[in-house]
Amino acid sequence: MADIRKVRRRIRGVQNIAKITRAMEMIAASKMRRAQERGLAGRPYSEKIEQVIADLAALPGIGLQHPLLQQRPAEHIAVVHITPDRGLCGGLNGNLNRNLAAFILKQEVPVRVVAVGRKGRDFSVRQGCDMEAEFTELGDRPSLLDTLPISHIIIDDYANGSIDNVYISYPRFVSTMVQTPVVRQLLPVQPAEIPAVSNVDYIYEPGATDVLGGLLPRFVEMQIYHAILESIASEYSARMVAMRNATDSANELIGDLTLLYNKARQEAITTELLDITGGVSALEG
Amino acid sequence: MASIRLEIVTAERVVYTEDVDIVIAPGVEGQLGILPHHAPLMTILQSGEILARRGNEEDIMAISGGFLEVRPDRVIILADSAERAEEIDEARAEAARERAEKRIRERGTVPDLDMARVEASLRRAMARLSVLEKVKRRRQR
Repeated sequence: MADIRKVRRRIRGVQNIAKITRAMEMIAASKMRRAQERGLAGRPYSEKIEQVIADLAALPGIGLQHPLLQQRPAEHIAVVHITPDRGLCGGLNGNLNRNLAAFILKQEVPVRVVAVGRKGRDFSVRQGCDMEAEFTELGDRPSLLDTLPISHIIIDDYANGSIDNVYISYPRFVSTMVQTPVVRQLLPVQPAEIPAVSNVDYIYEPGATDVLGGLLPRFVEMQIYHAILESIASEYSARMVAMRNATDSANELIGDLTLLYNKARQEAITTELLDITGGVSALEG
Repeated sequence: MASIRLEIVTAERVVYTEDVDIVIAPGVEGQLGILPHHAPLMTILQSGEILARRGNEEDIMAISGGFLEVRPDRVIILADSAERAEEIDEARAEAARERAEKRIRERGTVPDLDMARVEASLRRAMARLSVLEKVKRRRQR
């Protein structure tokens, strides 16, 4: 008898879990959509900036003069490590942190970490990384303004020579099902090799060097902002998938438990009947 | 009359796309008026107002710094931030202006204060307020 009650309680518990995971899945789905839209909304801006920088860097005499374009021997490296603040999103955080660790181990010079997001921060601190700065709780909808301090720190450090190379580690949003952790170079800026689409001779005001100097920091800001948006989209899609799997497993478990429960119930009834008939026949006997 | 396509984009969204007759923008070296068939140009903008005229309509927007590119068929403004007049939060802009002015008055008493930043934020606030002012005046007429 006690066994039946236990099974029944278990079923109720699993049903509640399924309800929660189902709700989380739906919330994650809608937040993911919004994060994706925001990522797309900024695309015209970043494409434009990329193209203008490529145009400018190709100009004779100007390319490679700006500090943010200059290659230096890498003696100190920094990584901007972007992760979600929260867990319950499948293997995403684990993969990101593992990817960061693999990258750091490959380097022959000291690496400093700028952690964005709690999961990456906690991991880096636990592993005893050299922390340059940390940013957590940026929320689901950071504005470009919220992300500026991150780029200011690394641009300053890069400009004053305490860091020679900056990389950025974040989850690339491939699709709802697939997010790949990547590490790529942020500074010095490598002008995209875009074939000169616009074969126009621009007038630059006040001068090409000034325009380039104004654009480059914004380009860096933009890339960080985009990486953060991608990380948010990845977080929610990973969570959505993880929660869908959890809901499915919970429902499967409910099915199994219900079967068990019904069996136990039938058995109990049968035993009871046997008892009664046994008792009756004993009386009559 | 010829017109030119004006696109104002920020990192977060596309703020404005419209075919206009003339664009007036705050260049770092002074106001720029751009008419159709302007020569290709790439310039830095400071905080201020963008004025776009189409027919009898006039649109005013506040921007805080950015870039302006003139191409044969369009004018593209890459703005750090841009708002149409109706999107501006007057109370916020007013508060920002007061804060910046106070800092400037107290110049020297606060160590490590980045005056360039204070001035930039003052310019941004002033640009927003002056856009609002203009729109209000036009309504009264």
